[in-house]
Amino acid sequence: MSEAINYQDRPWMDPDAEPFIKVQSVSKFFGDFTAVDSVDLEIYKGELFSLLGGSGCGKTTLLRMLAGFENPSTGNIFIDGVNMNGVPPYERPVNMMFQSYALFPHMTVESNVAYGLKRDNLGASDIAQKVEEVLEMVELTRFRKRKPHQLSGGQKQRVALARALVKQPKVLLLDEPLGALDKRLREQAQFELMNLQDQLGVTFVVVTHDQEEAMTLSTRIAIMDNGRFMQIGTPTEIYEFPESRLVANFIGNANMFEGRIIENGPDHVIVQSKQPECLFYIDHGLSIQEGSKVWVALRPEKITVTKESTASGSNNTLKGMVHGIGYLGGHSTYRVKAGDTLIEITSPNQSRPKDGNPPIDWDEEVHLSWEASSSVVLTR
Amino acid sequence: MSNGKRSYFLITTTCFGIAFLYIPMLMLIIYSFNESRIVPVWGGFSTKWYGVLFESEEIWEALTLSFKIATVNACFATVLGTLAGLALVRFGRFKGRTLFNGMISAPLVMPEVITGLSLLLLFITLKEFIGWPDQRGFTTITIAHITFSMAYVAVIIQSRLSGMAQDLEEAAQDLGAKPLRVLIDITLPLLAPGMVAGWLLAFTLSLDDLVIASFVTGPGAVTLPILIYSRVRLGLRPDINALATIIILVVAIGVLIAAWIMFRQQRQRELELKMTSEEV
Repeated sequence: MSEAINYQDRPWMDPDAEPFIKVQSVSKFFGDFTAVDSVDLEIYKGELFSLLGGSGCGKTTLLRMLAGFENPSTGNIFIDGVNMNGVPPYERPVNMMFQSYALFPHMTVESNVAYGLKRDNLGASDIAQKVEEVLEMVELTRFRKRKPHQLSGGQKQRVALARALVKQPKVLLLDEPLGALDKRLREQAQFELMNLQDQLGVTFVVVTHDQEEAMTLSTRIAIMDNGRFMQIGTPTEIYEFPESRLVANFIGNANMFEGRIIENGPDHVIVQSKQPECLFYIDHGLSIQEGSKVWVALRPEKITVTKESTASGSNNTLKGMVHGIGYLGGHSTYRVKAGDTLIEITSPNQSRPKDGNPPIDWDEEVHLSWEASSSVVLTR
Repeated sequence: MSNGKRSYFLITTTCFGIAFLYIPMLMLIIYSFNESRIVPVWGGFSTKWYGVLFESEEIWEALTLSFKIATVNACFATVLGTLAGLALVRFGRFKGRTLFNGMISAPLVMPEVITGLSLLLLFITLKEFIGWPDQRGFTTITIAHITFSMAYVAVIIQSRLSGMAQDLEEAAQDLGAKPLRVLIDITLPLLAPGMVAGWLLAFTLSLDDLVIASFVTGPGAVTLPILIYSRVRLGLRPDINALATIIILVVAIGVLIAAWIMFRQQRQRELELKMTSEEV
């Protein structure tokens, strides 16, 4: 590792980098309804940025404002330094892949892909060559004469992608790009999409409600709720350091404990929770007063469950009763009742159960323990 | 054997239904070959009324006029109705949209006598103030027909457009097509079946119309329905039966051709789909 920080894969960390897309306090109202509530966002060149949220959180409206189908009620959107306010969709340097794919049903695959190039008044031979190239890239050359209704779901998705990419946009907007595919195809398409993005270096902005998809694809994720961003960060940041209970619960599962700070050191805090009675020793400092109410989030896979007590101190341990076990092959999930609280634990099944070492059973007393770096303190 | 019983019942009702629809037409066709001059009296088989028909200039003139009016009407009504439908569905909210929406379908429910009378009054007033139309006839009937058949086209286009996802048009815009281009490349081709249906409906409505046409017609302009109706009042002549038989024949052939084309298209589609699933 060199001394200088390599910003190439993390342009958002670079203080000198100019954002490629800049959303400045943008709001969108539909009558009395606020779809997007004065958001700010900076996306850098070459990023694969995801807007993640439930339905009606405003993610699609924001994407449509980037595409130009909606105009912001207030605020400005800059793409590559140009203010996009009032610029119609057909003059923006962006292309969009629609959730429904929106392939023109009366045109062949070839004419669908060529449509955007024809609008740029390119010569016929240029168009033919570019269409050829992009069809080859998405492996659809032999389906060129087909009409959309003769294609499978995965093929339609690739035509839609090819049609949007062939114009070499500065930004590609993708609305639930893999939403209509079945699970197996989706996983394959995810990696295809990442490869393409890597090859072409185009900035991708993806709207999705699927957290797994967002985690796999993205350089950074913005989590939206009620028209606002809850948190923006890399998948790891969001998973390991959620800023709120909402984010912690939205991405993955989390056991949530309510408590008070009883000790606040420079490099650690101790949180006491009443339900279940437990002391959490957490190895990150916090600028918050002692005695204030906080929540501790603990991911299910970060808890170790054992039959005998292994922990040395009284911090970061709990005693409980196994309330349920779900065997999933690769891992098992345990529900352990400590006091009145059900705690969820997932633990990998690394070796087969043997006679000398019988597995943990229902209604058995177990000990839970976790590291000081496993839990996160949340203030909201 | 409830199944057997039900099918007997179905067969009976179907027979009655078909008989109810087609016996009158069958009678008409049979009587068109009646030798007798008095329509309801059978006087033996003959094709002489077809001869009379082909020599009757009056009937041919009426038929030509009706077809001319119907064609011009259908074309104008399709264009205007399509534009109205587009405006109502695609151009977002504008002031008075609801009112406009209601008004466009008013001619559908308005009694024809009222439409006819109001148009007649309009033409008379217009003549007084601007001297046009100086004579009622082809032009006035065509205008009158356009005003009501355009409403039918607009309704057809409206329903087809609202069923058509807007993202196709957005996708075209996103790919760099200006609004007019989108209309020509995407919207109109997808609307084509609706426009054809609208054209045919407007054509038929115009060909069929007696009430409105008799209000706004003038001397010398006699459409086929007006002619037939006046003949009935003066006493029917069997050559009208012959004409009706020819019209029925033409319509039947038209329907058969349409059905055949639709059948072929469906077969083609199924074949293509089958080909696709085999290749994948």
